[in-house]
Amino acid sequence: MTRQKTSIRGYLWQGLILGLVLLGIGAIVHNTVANLSARGIASGFSFLSRPAGFDIGFSLIPFGEGSTFLDAFAVGLCNTLLVAVLGIIGASVLGLIVALLRLAPHPLLRLIGGTYVEIVRNIPLLLHLFFWYFAVLRQLPSPRQSLSLGPDIFLNIRGLYLPFPADHSALWWLLGALILGLWVGHWARRKALRQQELEGRLPRWQSLPFVLPLLFPLITLLLPIWSLSRPELQGFNFVGGLQLVPELVALVVALSFYTAAFIGEIIRAGILAVAPGQREAAQALGLSSFDTLRLIILPQALRVILPPLTSQYLNVTKNSSLAAAIAFPDLVLVFAGTALNVTGQAVEIMALTMAVYLLISLLISFAMHVFQKQVLHYEG
Amino acid sequence: MRAKRRARDEWIHWARKKPTQALTSLVGLFLIVYLLLPVWHWAVTDANFLGSDRSACVGGGACWVFVRERFHQFLFGFYPADAYWRPLLTVAIGALSIGLLFVSRLGVLRLLIFVALPFIAWLILEGSLLGLPPVATDQWGGLLLTLIISVTGIAVSLPLGIFLALGRRSRLPLIRWLSVAFIELWRGVPLITVLFMASVMLPFFMPLGVEVDKLLRVLIGVTLFTSAYMAEVVRGGLQSIAKGQYEAAAALNLTSFQTMRLVILPQALRKVIPGIVNTFIGLFKDTSLVLIVGMFDLLGMVQTASTDPEWLGYSLEGYIFAGAMFWIFCFAMSRYSLRLERQLAYSSVERKQLT
Repeated sequence: MTRQKTSIRGYLWQGLILGLVLLGIGAIVHNTVANLSARGIASGFSFLSRPAGFDIGFSLIPFGEGSTFLDAFAVGLCNTLLVAVLGIIGASVLGLIVALLRLAPHPLLRLIGGTYVEIVRNIPLLLHLFFWYFAVLRQLPSPRQSLSLGPDIFLNIRGLYLPFPADHSALWWLLGALILGLWVGHWARRKALRQQELEGRLPRWQSLPFVLPLLFPLITLLLPIWSLSRPELQGFNFVGGLQLVPELVALVVALSFYTAAFIGEIIRAGILAVAPGQREAAQALGLSSFDTLRLIILPQALRVILPPLTSQYLNVTKNSSLAAAIAFPDLVLVFAGTALNVTGQAVEIMALTMAVYLLISLLISFAMHVFQKQVLHYEG
Repeated sequence: MRAKRRARDEWIHWARKKPTQALTSLVGLFLIVYLLLPVWHWAVTDANFLGSDRSACVGGGACWVFVRERFHQFLFGFYPADAYWRPLLTVAIGALSIGLLFVSRLGVLRLLIFVALPFIAWLILEGSLLGLPPVATDQWGGLLLTLIISVTGIAVSLPLGIFLALGRRSRLPLIRWLSVAFIELWRGVPLITVLFMASVMLPFFMPLGVEVDKLLRVLIGVTLFTSAYMAEVVRGGLQSIAKGQYEAAAALNLTSFQTMRLVILPQALRKVIPGIVNTFIGLFKDTSLVLIVGMFDLLGMVQTASTDPEWLGYSLEGYIFAGAMFWIFCFAMSRYSLRLERQLAYSSVERKQLT
């Protein structure tokens, strides 16, 4: 079998496959055009600038009369991202707790951790969601008999009420400080590494790059912009503060508890994957137990943990679409549900919705890839 | 048995060595039992098991009457009661053909039987081709629908996934790119959008006037989605095959097709069985999402039944039942997959020591 012969056959195969794929796409396009004209449905994306004419129950950005389908799309996307971010934070925190329980020295704690993981991950996420929404949050008392979960935190059938900065620009300050902290931290880290290359050891302020992203936001907390608006019962309902609708609470809680079981197992496996000799060697070198964790265990464990952790974060983002099952207005419900019913333009709307999720997935994968390369110096 | 005794000895050893830890454990256990006692009372001692409507549920305990009354619906959906033997026969055939997967003498034939399973199931359940009274697919539901969608999804996506995985490792760039694009597209979007697509977008793709059954559309969506995940599982197996295997096959003058069929795939597929089972567990749980496009699997039936005015307020009992059913299936399968994984790890270690 000569090289020439395979390549000719290869071209033939590729030509054949390409022909089949093009034929399939052509048939689909042909059928779609025929179906659309038969049903009198418009095509193209011009509907995006038309007024939507429906209302959305929960929105982070202003949406009302005269808002367009594009605005509705933006509202849905923001809500999806909100659920994803809150879910990722909740799942990470709970997942870490689960992992610590599973690795705890006390057998009872290990038992509790193990039972949690085995129960939670073998039950569908939708069932978790239904449980939290229909069996817990929908059964809560009315605002007048609210459960008080702490100072100025109330839970009732209308949702969760939290104190919130009266001036919303405080949040932008916080976000700005975080980004600035990350940026300066990144710069400081590079400088520290350069110094290590020149002098053979890291400078004294070597931990600064990791502290800055936390320190900067903490400083903004001292600024006089945090006058809190507190929820207060007036008549039959709460006024002021921040109201989180029960759909959002159920979604975030269900996503966090469900994903925590998987993340807990990932973290546990990552820590166990570091050979015990590594810890012993670190102790023999006289490293403190904190330094052992920071310099020896975590860097090695993170290499094992990060790839599956990324895919769990992606899962949270994709699973936030379960919002549609309990009528939380995320991208799928607002756009692929309501907007699709109003316009009937299934092809454009589904393509746009799926493209958004695909883009988010690719972006997160890419960011994690960069993080692995830049921060962990790991080619994998 | 031996493992059990060893575990018990370990416990005794631990209690002797660390008495304070054993004591705190006892206190902790006591606390847990104390906290779980109200749950036990609600679910068992104060619960109502007998009766036929909600008036039988008194005393604040769980109302298992609800689950008992709707049990058949939870299992079969709205499938006609006088034809329950058909789903039962289908499940029996399914169990048999999955059992046949382990009879190695049958070779490739067993895979063919497995892939043919969805069609046999359709013949029996739909019935019109066998001369039975036809049952429309919108009447299929409950656990039956959960099993149909998940088993069909796996059976059809297995061959598709193998082709995609081979395509992704192909030397021909066009085939490689197409496979990568297909796999990453489906892995990047949530299953819900795929189901939406199957229910609202697929009808536009069909020739004018051709109506495709809704269940079939959902099955197409689920299968395409699962095949992408399956492809990645199979690719993992293919990557683990040592290069020497290809070289040995080439030395024996096997064609590339023969190399794949006789040398590479049998080894790779055996290695990825745990991965396939895990994909199946994921699909089995995800099947509950078909509720969103108006089909009623096990969870969907429970949800519908608990919004019935006749049984309002007993949704928790329904969720617990559905949760227990899902849990039993998934837990059993995950244990099986874990055992296979250990066996495979063990046998590869053994082989390394021999050579």
